Amino acid sequence: MKKWKVCYLLIFNLLILQSISAQIGPPSNIRVFDTPNDAGKSITITWARSPDDSSIDGYQIFRAEKGQTYSPVATVTKFERRYLDESVTDYKEYSYQIVAYKYIAPDTMRSVPITSGLVKSSPEWFNTNRINVLIGMVIVFSLILYYIFHARRGKKLFIRRIPGLDAVDEAVGRATEMGKPILYVPGLSSVSDVATIAAINILGEVAKKTAQHDTTLLVPNRDPIVYTVCREVVKEAYTSVGRPDVYKADNIFFITDSQFAYAAAVSGIMVREKPATNFFLGMFWAESLVLAETGATTGAIQIAGTDSIFQLPFFITACDYTLIGEELYAASAYLSREPILLGSLVGQDYGKVVIIVIVLAATALMLLSKAFPVLSSLINFFSVN
Amino acid sequence: MQRTIPLAICFIMGIFMMVQFFVPHPISINSYDIVLRWIRIITIFALVLGVGSLAMYHTTKIRRRVTGWTFSIVTIIALVVTAIIGLIGGVGRGSWLQVIFQNIFVPVNSTMFSILAFYMASAAYRAFRARTKEATILLIAAFIVMLGMVPIGSAISKRLPELAEWILTVPNTAAKRGIIFGIALGGIATSLKIILGIERGWLGGGKQ
Repeated sequence: MKKWKVCYLLIFNLLILQSISAQIGPPSNIRVFDTPNDAGKSITITWARSPDDSSIDGYQIFRAEKGQTYSPVATVTKFERRYLDESVTDYKEYSYQIVAYKYIAPDTMRSVPITSGLVKSSPEWFNTNRINVLIGMVIVFSLILYYIFHARRGKKLFIRRIPGLDAVDEAVGRATEMGKPILYVPGLSSVSDVATIAAINILGEVAKKTAQHDTTLLVPNRDPIVYTVCREVVKEAYTSVGRPDVYKADNIFFITDSQFAYAAAVSGIMVREKPATNFFLGMFWAESLVLAETGATTGAIQIAGTDSIFQLPFFITACDYTLIGEELYAASAYLSREPILLGSLVGQDYGKVVIIVIVLAATALMLLSKAFPVLSSLINFFSVN
Repeated sequence: MQRTIPLAICFIMGIFMMVQFFVPHPISINSYDIVLRWIRIITIFALVLGVGSLAMYHTTKIRRRVTGWTFSIVTIIALVVTAIIGLIGGVGRGSWLQVIFQNIFVPVNSTMFSILAFYMASAAYRAFRARTKEATILLIAAFIVMLGMVPIGSAISKRLPELAEWILTVPNTAAKRGIIFGIALGGIATSLKIILGIERGWLGGGKQ
């Protein structure tokens, strides 16, 4: 009798589960495609939700190579509509199945599977998501190159005064008169940072001036590659003005790559050597204020410049002159007065005009998109992926 | 030749990096990884030059007995002792090098960092002296922002935190973005000039 009871119970449970299974509606509109703009080995699967979305636990995704049986690849929550399968091999054909599932102990109930067509992944040669960057790059490059060639033809270009750079001569002269050295800190970043390269470019011009005046130029470095480049730049600058005899290799030296140890060492140099002029040009982090404030207490003229917007307020507060952002990049052209380099500055300014126009147009589009939703796709064009 | 080769390398690598940004193909990604690996290798060689420079600089100072030469002795001893301990005892967890790092370097480094608080106070004093019209505006703005960020600000007026937030998110952000546009364009222009060999300051200058 007991055996029969158990048997009835099992049959009853089975019937209930079968009825639940039949009740789970499958997801629809399965789409599988090679993930666009990637390095391959990736297939994207999208689907529309199951009609029983509110009662299911999630979706199970199965994959099969052409002519093979399906095996599970992933289980996702019911809120997801997209899955990126990154465990595929390029140029192999796969098909996918998706089922909605619900777990009722001790079993898992599944809907009828929906099956996709065949798909294969492959790597792309061009990231179409970045076409807007390419267009922007072409416009800015064209403007800069146009004005460089414009300058090469001998056209006079107006460049506004940059007080921080006009003060370089005064700063070098002061050091010469006082018989004290000039301290030049080319930032704390590596040579791959554009700000460091800009600082190295300015160093060349400053070194030419110190060579002409026979003033000591101290260049402490944090990065070993920047140190080697700085040494060559200073040596070349001294040679170019005909003063290789006054070049001292020991004055361009490496200290340490530790941020605050470097700040401590440079502060020590400022306190001991009392340079007449301090240059802080390049990329700086939290140590900027330590350096600039120590320099200010020694009474040196301080010229700073950085493209780090977080450190600019500290430099503006503690230094006599500060090159703000792009002025740092313009310094080399400004100091050398090379017409071709000056031409690039004008090109940059026109680049800014283009950016202002784009900002205004995008703002207008954003406002109009509230009334005309079709414009939102145009706004997406300006986003960078 | 001394200039042509670096300029050619710079041009080729600059163009490669530009193209690489738009090409997601594994060939492009792998090449980029190789370049990054080369940068690490070059850095290690340059580090040897750097340590050589450090040793030369301080031994010269000691030899010439220039001001502060005793600090140079400390530097040379620290350099040699740390290197020997690292070479003999290794650099892993529980090694003597880690003991030195955790008990000497970290506290000293933190001390330098903490000094910033005092420098900030002195810099703030310097910045907020209302000597000019601009400094007065700065002082007023800073006063509102600081007051709006602390509980007493909202106790004085419910509008104060809102005003502080507005100063930070509207005029402050607008100015920052203006600077960022300039920086981005300056960076692009500088990179382009270097790639095309127009800007040669990094080679020590010379004719365009």
